[in-house]
Amino acid sequence: MDLALAPETLARWQFGITTVYHFLFVPLTISLAALTAGLQTAWVRSGKEKYLRATKFWGKLFLINIAMGVVTGIVQEFQFGMNWSDYSRFVGDIFGAPLAFEALIAFFFESTFIGLWIFGWDKLPKRIHLACIWMVSIGTILSAYFILAANSWMQHPVGYRINEERGRAELTDFWLVLTQNTALTQFFHTMTAAFLVGGAFMVGISAFHLARKKHIPVMRTSLRLGLITLIIAGLGTAISGDLLGKVMFKQQPMKMAAAEALWDGEAPAPFSIFAYGDVDKGHNKVAIEIPGLLSFLANDDFSSYVPGINDINKAEQEKFGPGDYRPNIPVAYWGFRWMIGFGMASLGIGMLGLWLTRKKFMLAPGMRTGEDEVPNLVLFKRKALSPRFTKWYWIIALWTMGFPLIANSWGWIFTEMGRQPWVVYGVLRTRDAVSPGVSQGEVLTSMIVFTTLYAVLAVIEVKLLVKYIKAGPPELTEDDLNPPTKIGGDSRDPDRPMAFSY
Amino acid sequence: MELHDVWFVLIAVLWIGYFFLEGFDFGIGVLTKLLARDRAEKRVLINTIGPVWDGNEVWLLTAGGATFAAFPEWYATLFSGFYLPLLIILVCLIVRGVAFEYRAKRPEENWQRNWEQAIFWTSLIPAFLWGVAFGNIVGGVKIDAEMEYVGTFWDLLNPYALLGGLVTLTLFTFHGAVFASLKTVGDIRVRARALALKLGLVTAVLALAFLIWTQVDTGDSWSLGAMLVAFVALVGAIGAIKVGREGWSFALSGVTIAAAVAMLFLALFPDVMPSSLNPEWSLTVTNASSSPYTLKIMTWCAAIATPLVLLYQSWTYWVFRKRIGTQHIADAH
Repeated sequence: MDLALAPETLARWQFGITTVYHFLFVPLTISLAALTAGLQTAWVRSGKEKYLRATKFWGKLFLINIAMGVVTGIVQEFQFGMNWSDYSRFVGDIFGAPLAFEALIAFFFESTFIGLWIFGWDKLPKRIHLACIWMVSIGTILSAYFILAANSWMQHPVGYRINEERGRAELTDFWLVLTQNTALTQFFHTMTAAFLVGGAFMVGISAFHLARKKHIPVMRTSLRLGLITLIIAGLGTAISGDLLGKVMFKQQPMKMAAAEALWDGEAPAPFSIFAYGDVDKGHNKVAIEIPGLLSFLANDDFSSYVPGINDINKAEQEKFGPGDYRPNIPVAYWGFRWMIGFGMASLGIGMLGLWLTRKKFMLAPGMRTGEDEVPNLVLFKRKALSPRFTKWYWIIALWTMGFPLIANSWGWIFTEMGRQPWVVYGVLRTRDAVSPGVSQGEVLTSMIVFTTLYAVLAVIEVKLLVKYIKAGPPELTEDDLNPPTKIGGDSRDPDRPMAFSY
Repeated sequence: MELHDVWFVLIAVLWIGYFFLEGFDFGIGVLTKLLARDRAEKRVLINTIGPVWDGNEVWLLTAGGATFAAFPEWYATLFSGFYLPLLIILVCLIVRGVAFEYRAKRPEENWQRNWEQAIFWTSLIPAFLWGVAFGNIVGGVKIDAEMEYVGTFWDLLNPYALLGGLVTLTLFTFHGAVFASLKTVGDIRVRARALALKLGLVTAVLALAFLIWTQVDTGDSWSLGAMLVAFVALVGAIGAIKVGREGWSFALSGVTIAAAVAMLFLALFPDVMPSSLNPEWSLTVTNASSSPYTLKIMTWCAAIATPLVLLYQSWTYWVFRKRIGTQHIADAH
């Protein structure tokens, strides 16, 4: 069979397409749920209307986004059985449990409380309504944790034994699966990266409105919240990324050697800035490097030994039998760089933004602005940016919105493709995981159907987002400012229209 | 009773929860064409399930996840075997979820009409296909010694399974009509009752045929008991809606769904997916289940989480207990 259309290749493409697509919505959902909850908390505590308007604005965008996250997630729950039935048979005893926990604990939480939050503005007292969005936020975070624990087991299987008689892996220590350092660091890294997405989203949209001098009080607050989120999340992503890298150097040295295009082990090993190589011959033709840095990243020691792709391939051949144990090296190498590059670029733009829009620190009194003014972008104590540069900053901030999404996608492509040829590292090969009974035609059909459907939905979703972004925060009504005091709503007027209806 | 038997019961409970709850959601979707006279009435119907449909759908995801964890072989055979029907269901659920959320987000006539069409079809098709799927599970399909489904897509469309599909479609639509009569006010409520009565009678004929067929083929005395409960409850639900007791009718149509699903699972036990090629090759609660350790952990999780889920989901229904009519739907979007 033609390799390009082999069921394994098709099943992998389909998993890649549906999962990367799903994950465009996930990090924004996680971060916007928490940020919206934070803004609503500010409204409940301070009673300032700008916070309520901000809650409604970001909440609406959050809802448009989570709808896509939820429906594309349904596919994730079932495609292991559809395209990867041998995988499901082999690891179901272990991998199924966190998935079931995710559904039973996190999905129910999320989906039930989001209904209460959407329709509950005129049905729930202020504080209970606020609690609902926090519940949604907790649900999204728990969901991430369980699925990352499951993924971490594929990266670094622990707490299991092989049952030869049943021909499968069986769970022996669930606690270890949930708390191994791969799961914890991966969770830390994914969460911070999620907030990087939400922070950049807020900054970009606030910049869009501030550049047009519209909705200033709400957008000024949002800009600040977005910038602070972006910076904390960016620093967190860098720290957690370093930790996760160190874990991976120990657990999957091949992935990290591929990420660096380090063909042969070296002590000290350099960090590669740019490389162009020959995969068949196993060496680089062009390489620009920083000496010793890779040794430091791997082992906290500038002179330590880091094994290369050729060494590890040989070692794995001795351990697992003949074969090629190298992942797609250009993808791993460039995926790793795009992940870091786009992620850290957004952190940089956030830091610059926070400095430029600072309120008092190192700022001449004349440069300060009030709550309902667009902040001056001030570089030095007395020197604001020229209108042209100001405009450029707002434009860059707007475009930076996409950066963390690109970084997140490449992070996942790197981590999943870097593990190949294994689906469960060292235990199960990807080619042994596909559904033997599913035909090429069936996989091709589902791939075309999902890809087409997802493309259409992407257009619809983005257009809706743009429409509601441009519309800006809504004006508040009497009902918004007078939430009910009783659960189920006040019965002043039995025919009063619902605050929200589909 | 061993743990894999407990999990067989729990999987049945999850499907009962799913069909009970999303059953009326699907029914409401179908009724947007059958019952609603104009857009305002369509919106009334959609908004009766607005706050809850998403939570209801999670019962399916949980049934899927729990089957993966407790019976990996069942999960693998079922979803790789019923590939194309499942693909259609997934596409429907994707479009349906987006349709609810996005329909009112733009004022254009085309936009709203297209999403309304989508809500109808994506409710009708899964309501039918779930019955087809369960008909095939209970009736048995071509499974080989390696637990792989070796039949074709067309094998799944056999008369017994298709009848099963018609039963779930009509039963869910009936259940939805009763739900609509319970949750709405005004003219639409009166018409919902009248329609429910007609749908109930059609459902009764189809369900009786399907359940008797099941009983004759694979039933035992337990499944006979469940079948009788299902049928008595259905007759009760029809009688109750005739005399205008909407709450009773809804409770009884719920019992009908629960008892009918229970009957299918009782007819199935101890198999989970019988093979029509050779009974030796059937998937059973023992050869398809996970290890005792995994089942023990899952049991703890289910024992703690399920009551909580029931508690806060019930609370949601209480919060949104008021009936709605066209006067409650604002024009703004």
